[in-house]
Amino acid sequence: MGLKLKQVVEELDLKVLTGEKLLNREIKGGYTSDLLSWVMSHAKEGSLWVTVQSHQNIVAIASLLDLAGIIVAEGVNVEPKTREKSEQEKVCILTTDKNSFEISGLLYKLGIGS
Amino acid sequence: MKSYKSDKKYLYADRKDKNHKGKFLMSMRFDISGGNLDSAGEASSTIKSKLKQLGIGYSIIRRVAIASYETEMNIVLHANRGTLSVYVAEDHIKIIAVDEGPGIPNVELAMQEGYSTATEQIREMGFGAGMGLPNMKKCSDQFEIHSDIGKGTKVMIVIFF
Repeated sequence: MGLKLKQVVEELDLKVLTGEKLLNREIKGGYTSDLLSWVMSHAKEGSLWVTVQSHQNIVAIASLLDLAGIIVAEGVNVEPKTREKSEQEKVCILTTDKNSFEISGLLYKLGIGS
Repeated sequence: MKSYKSDKKYLYADRKDKNHKGKFLMSMRFDISGGNLDSAGEASSTIKSKLKQLGIGYSIIRRVAIASYETEMNIVLHANRGTLSVYVAEDHIKIIAVDEGPGIPNVELAMQEGYSTATEQIREMGFGAGMGLPNMKKCSDQFEIHSDIGKGTKVMIVIFF
Protein backbone atom coordinates (compact mmCIF):
# COMPACT_ATOMS: atom_id res chain seq x y z
CA MET A 1 0.00 0.00 0.00
CA GLY A 2 1.59 3.23 -1.14
CA LEU A 3 1.54 6.59 0.53
CA LYS A 4 -1.26 8.98 -0.19
CA LEU A 5 -0.85 12.60 -1.22
CA LYS A 6 -2.19 13.86 2.10
CA GLN A 7 0.41 11.89 4.06
CA VAL A 8 3.20 13.41 1.97
CA VAL A 9 1.68 16.87 2.37
CA GLU A 10 1.74 16.43 6.15
CA GLU A 11 5.17 14.81 6.38
CA LEU A 12 6.93 17.30 4.13
CA ASP A 13 4.90 20.35 5.03
CA LEU A 14 3.78 20.99 1.45
CA LYS A 15 1.28 23.65 0.52
CA VAL A 16 -1.82 22.40 -1.28
CA LEU A 17 -2.33 24.89 -4.10
CA THR A 18 -5.08 23.06 -5.98
CA GLY A 19 -6.86 19.73 -5.74
CA GLU A 20 -7.73 19.69 -2.05
CA LYS A 21 -10.25 16.95 -2.85
CA LEU A 22 -7.67 14.76 -4.56
CA LEU A 23 -5.44 14.18 -1.54
CA ASN A 24 -6.58 10.60 -1.12
CA ARG A 25 -4.78 9.67 -4.31
CA GLU A 26 -2.13 7.00 -3.92
CA ILE A 27 1.46 7.75 -4.93
CA LYS A 28 3.07 4.93 -6.90
CA GLY A 29 6.42 6.58 -7.60
CA GLY A 30 8.23 9.80 -8.29
CA TYR A 31 9.88 11.64 -11.13
CA THR A 32 11.89 14.86 -11.21
CA SER A 33 12.59 16.86 -14.36
CA ASP A 34 11.86 20.22 -15.97
CA LEU A 35 12.12 18.96 -19.52
CA LEU A 36 8.58 18.18 -20.57
CA SER A 37 9.37 15.59 -23.21
CA TRP A 38 11.47 13.66 -20.70
CA VAL A 39 8.61 13.67 -18.25
CA MET A 40 6.24 12.65 -21.03
CA SER A 41 8.27 9.60 -21.94
CA HIS A 42 9.57 8.54 -18.51
CA ALA A 43 7.15 9.50 -15.73
CA LYS A 44 4.89 6.61 -14.86
CA GLU A 45 1.20 6.51 -14.02
CA GLY A 46 0.56 7.47 -10.41
CA SER A 47 3.90 9.20 -9.98
CA LEU A 48 4.41 12.42 -8.13
CA TRP A 49 6.24 14.87 -10.40
CA VAL A 50 8.71 17.43 -9.05
CA THR A 51 9.46 20.43 -11.27
CA VAL A 52 10.12 24.17 -11.30
CA GLN A 53 7.95 24.65 -14.38
CA SER A 54 4.71 26.37 -13.51
CA HIS A 55 2.96 27.21 -16.80
CA GLN A 56 -0.30 25.52 -17.68
CA ASN A 57 1.23 22.87 -19.91
CA ILE A 58 2.38 20.96 -16.82
CA VAL A 59 -1.28 20.22 -16.12
CA ALA A 60 -1.82 18.66 -19.56
CA ILE A 61 1.17 16.40 -18.98
CA ALA A 62 0.08 15.31 -15.51
CA SER A 63 -3.42 14.66 -16.80
CA LEU A 64 -2.32 12.75 -19.92
CA LEU A 65 -0.03 10.49 -17.89
CA ASP A 66 -2.43 10.08 -14.94
CA LEU A 67 0.22 11.32 -12.54
CA ALA A 68 -0.64 11.42 -8.83
CA GLY A 69 0.14 15.13 -8.72
CA ILE A 70 2.75 17.84 -9.23
CA ILE A 71 5.09 19.42 -6.71
CA VAL A 72 6.24 22.84 -7.89
CA ALA A 73 9.53 23.37 -6.05
CA GLU A 74 11.69 26.34 -5.03
CA GLY A 75 8.69 28.47 -4.12
CA VAL A 76 8.05 29.17 -7.79
CA ASN A 77 4.92 31.21 -8.30
CA VAL A 78 2.25 29.18 -10.10
CA GLU A 79 0.39 31.17 -12.74
CA PRO A 80 -3.38 31.66 -12.22
CA LYS A 81 -4.06 29.98 -15.58
CA THR A 82 -2.23 26.88 -14.38
CA ARG A 83 -4.32 26.79 -11.20
CA GLU A 84 -7.53 27.16 -13.16
CA LYS A 85 -6.59 24.39 -15.55
CA SER A 86 -5.54 22.06 -12.73
CA GLU A 87 -8.95 22.44 -11.09
CA GLN A 88 -10.62 21.66 -14.41
CA GLU A 89 -8.43 18.66 -15.14
CA LYS A 90 -8.43 17.41 -11.55
CA VAL A 91 -4.68 17.60 -11.12
CA CYS A 92 -3.36 18.26 -7.63
CA ILE A 93 -0.62 20.90 -7.42
CA LEU A 94 1.50 21.08 -4.29
CA THR A 95 4.22 23.64 -3.63
CA THR A 96 7.32 23.83 -1.49
CA ASP A 97 10.13 26.33 -0.90
CA LYS A 98 12.65 23.49 -0.97
CA ASN A 99 14.54 22.87 -4.21
CA SER A 100 13.88 19.90 -6.50
CA PHE A 101 16.87 17.95 -5.17
CA GLU A 102 15.89 18.33 -1.53
CA ILE A 103 12.24 17.53 -1.99
CA SER A 104 13.00 14.52 -4.20
CA GLY A 105 15.40 13.24 -1.54
CA LEU A 106 12.79 13.64 1.16
CA LEU A 107 10.18 11.84 -0.95
CA TYR A 108 12.64 9.01 -1.49
CA LYS A 109 13.28 8.85 2.23
CA LEU A 110 9.53 8.45 2.80
CA GLY A 111 9.68 5.33 0.69
CA ILE A 112 8.64 6.72 -2.67
CA GLY A 113 10.91 5.05 -5.18
CA SER A 114 11.16 5.71 -8.87
CA MET B 1 10.83 16.11 -50.70
CA LYS B 2 12.78 14.74 -47.80
CA SER B 3 11.55 11.50 -46.44
CA TYR B 4 12.56 9.35 -43.55
CA LYS B 5 11.17 6.19 -45.08
CA SER B 6 10.32 5.41 -48.67
CA ASP B 7 7.53 7.43 -50.22
CA LYS B 8 6.03 4.33 -51.71
CA LYS B 9 5.27 2.78 -48.39
CA TYR B 10 3.82 6.02 -47.13
CA LEU B 11 1.47 6.37 -50.08
CA TYR B 12 0.44 2.81 -49.56
CA ALA B 13 -0.38 3.55 -45.95
CA ASP B 14 -2.53 6.44 -47.10
CA ARG B 15 -4.37 4.33 -49.63
CA LYS B 16 -4.89 1.64 -47.09
CA ASP B 17 -6.50 4.25 -44.93
CA LYS B 18 -9.04 5.03 -47.58
CA ASN B 19 -9.80 1.36 -48.11
CA HIS B 20 -10.40 0.97 -44.41
CA LYS B 21 -12.87 3.83 -44.28
CA GLY B 22 -16.10 2.79 -42.66
CA LYS B 23 -14.31 0.13 -40.66
CA PHE B 24 -12.88 2.58 -38.17
CA LEU B 25 -14.34 2.30 -34.70
CA MET B 26 -13.72 5.99 -34.30
CA SER B 27 -12.02 8.85 -36.05
CA MET B 28 -11.23 12.32 -34.76
CA ARG B 29 -9.75 15.39 -36.33
CA PHE B 30 -8.46 18.49 -34.59
CA ASP B 31 -7.31 21.83 -35.93
CA ILE B 32 -4.22 23.02 -34.11
CA SER B 33 -3.05 26.60 -34.32
CA GLY B 34 0.65 27.35 -34.18
CA GLY B 35 1.94 29.46 -31.31
CA ASN B 36 -1.13 28.95 -29.17
CA LEU B 37 0.45 27.57 -26.00
CA ASP B 38 -2.65 28.28 -23.92
CA SER B 39 -4.74 25.55 -25.46
CA ALA B 40 -1.80 23.26 -26.23
CA GLY B 41 -2.49 19.70 -25.18
CA GLU B 42 -6.27 19.97 -25.43
CA ALA B 43 -6.53 17.81 -28.54
CA SER B 44 -4.42 15.12 -26.86
CA SER B 45 -6.60 15.28 -23.74
CA THR B 46 -9.74 14.80 -25.81
CA ILE B 47 -8.15 11.90 -27.69
CA LYS B 48 -7.17 10.26 -24.43
CA SER B 49 -10.63 10.52 -22.88
CA LYS B 50 -12.33 9.20 -26.05
CA LEU B 51 -10.00 6.19 -26.11
CA LYS B 52 -10.72 5.58 -22.44
CA GLN B 53 -14.44 5.58 -23.25
CA LEU B 54 -13.79 2.93 -25.89
CA GLY B 55 -12.29 0.77 -23.17
CA ILE B 56 -8.80 0.72 -24.61
CA GLY B 57 -6.11 -0.46 -22.19
CA TYR B 58 -3.80 1.84 -20.30
CA SER B 59 -0.54 0.91 -22.00
CA ILE B 60 -1.97 1.67 -25.44
CA ILE B 61 -3.56 4.88 -24.20
CA ARG B 62 -0.23 5.96 -22.74
CA ARG B 63 1.57 5.41 -26.04
CA VAL B 64 -1.13 7.26 -27.98
CA ALA B 65 -1.07 10.08 -25.42
CA ILE B 66 2.69 10.51 -25.77
CA ALA B 67 2.52 10.37 -29.57
CA SER B 68 -0.41 12.75 -29.88
CA TYR B 69 1.00 15.18 -27.33
CA GLU B 70 4.38 15.35 -29.02
CA THR B 71 2.85 15.82 -32.48
CA GLU B 72 0.43 18.42 -31.15
CA MET B 73 3.24 20.32 -29.41
CA ASN B 74 5.41 20.22 -32.51
CA ILE B 75 2.64 21.94 -34.47
CA VAL B 76 2.10 24.49 -31.69
CA LEU B 77 5.81 25.20 -31.25
CA HIS B 78 7.07 25.07 -34.83
CA ALA B 79 4.26 25.41 -37.38
CA ASN B 80 1.69 28.02 -38.39
CA ARG B 81 -1.21 25.62 -38.21
CA GLY B 82 -1.98 21.98 -38.63
CA THR B 83 -4.38 19.12 -38.15
CA LEU B 84 -4.16 16.10 -35.92
CA SER B 85 -6.23 13.10 -36.98
CA VAL B 86 -6.72 9.86 -35.11
CA TYR B 87 -8.21 6.71 -36.58
CA VAL B 88 -9.11 3.81 -34.36
CA ALA B 89 -9.35 0.51 -36.25
CA GLU B 90 -9.92 -2.99 -34.97
CA ASP B 91 -6.28 -3.81 -34.51
CA HIS B 92 -4.50 -0.47 -34.51
CA ILE B 93 -4.64 3.26 -33.91
CA LYS B 94 -3.27 5.62 -36.52
CA ILE B 95 -2.27 9.20 -35.82
CA ILE B 96 -1.69 11.57 -38.72
CA ALA B 97 -0.37 15.08 -38.14
CA VAL B 98 -0.12 17.47 -41.05
CA ASP B 99 1.14 21.01 -40.65
CA GLU B 100 1.76 24.13 -42.64
CA GLY B 101 5.08 25.45 -41.46
CA PRO B 102 8.77 25.84 -42.10
CA GLY B 103 9.40 22.13 -42.61
CA ILE B 104 12.43 20.26 -41.27
CA PRO B 105 15.63 20.82 -43.29
CA ASN B 106 17.34 17.68 -42.01
CA VAL B 107 14.92 15.03 -40.83
CA GLU B 108 17.64 12.56 -39.83
CA LEU B 109 19.22 15.16 -37.59
CA ALA B 110 15.84 16.07 -36.11
CA MET B 111 15.30 12.40 -35.29
CA GLN B 112 18.37 12.41 -33.05
CA GLU B 113 17.68 12.73 -29.33
CA GLY B 114 18.65 16.17 -28.06
CA TYR B 115 18.61 17.95 -31.41
CA SER B 116 16.28 20.93 -31.38
CA THR B 117 15.73 24.21 -33.19
CA ALA B 118 13.48 25.64 -30.48
CA THR B 119 14.12 29.19 -29.26
CA GLU B 120 15.70 29.95 -25.90
CA GLN B 121 12.33 31.18 -24.61
CA ILE B 122 10.63 27.91 -25.52
CA ARG B 123 13.45 25.91 -23.94
CA GLU B 124 13.13 27.79 -20.67
CA MET B 125 9.55 26.53 -20.52
CA GLY B 126 10.86 22.98 -20.69
CA PHE B 127 10.02 22.40 -24.33
CA GLY B 128 12.54 21.93 -27.10
CA ALA B 129 14.54 19.20 -25.39
CA GLY B 130 14.96 17.55 -28.76
CA MET B 131 12.97 14.54 -27.63
CA GLY B 132 9.70 15.10 -29.46
CA LEU B 133 10.32 13.15 -32.63
CA PRO B 134 12.36 10.41 -30.89
CA ASN B 135 9.55 10.02 -28.35
CA MET B 136 6.98 9.67 -31.12
CA LYS B 137 9.07 7.04 -32.84
CA LYS B 138 9.73 5.15 -29.62
CA CYS B 139 6.06 4.67 -28.83
CA SER B 140 4.98 3.77 -32.34
CA ASP B 141 5.03 0.45 -34.17
CA GLN B 142 5.18 2.26 -37.49
CA PHE B 143 6.53 5.77 -37.86
CA GLU B 144 6.87 7.89 -40.96
CA ILE B 145 7.79 11.52 -41.41
CA HIS B 146 7.93 13.68 -44.49
CA SER B 147 8.90 17.29 -44.65
CA ASP B 148 8.79 19.90 -47.39
CA ILE B 149 10.95 22.94 -46.72
CA GLY B 150 8.82 26.06 -46.58
CA LYS B 151 5.62 24.05 -46.79
CA GLY B 152 5.22 21.76 -43.85
CA THR B 153 5.61 18.38 -42.23
CA LYS B 154 3.52 15.25 -42.19
CA VAL B 155 3.86 12.55 -39.55
CA MET B 156 2.17 9.17 -39.47
CA ILE B 157 2.21 6.96 -36.41
CA VAL B 158 0.65 3.51 -36.10
CA ILE B 159 0.22 1.73 -32.80
CA PHE B 160 -1.02 -1.86 -32.87
CA PHE B 161 -3.15 -3.32 -30.10
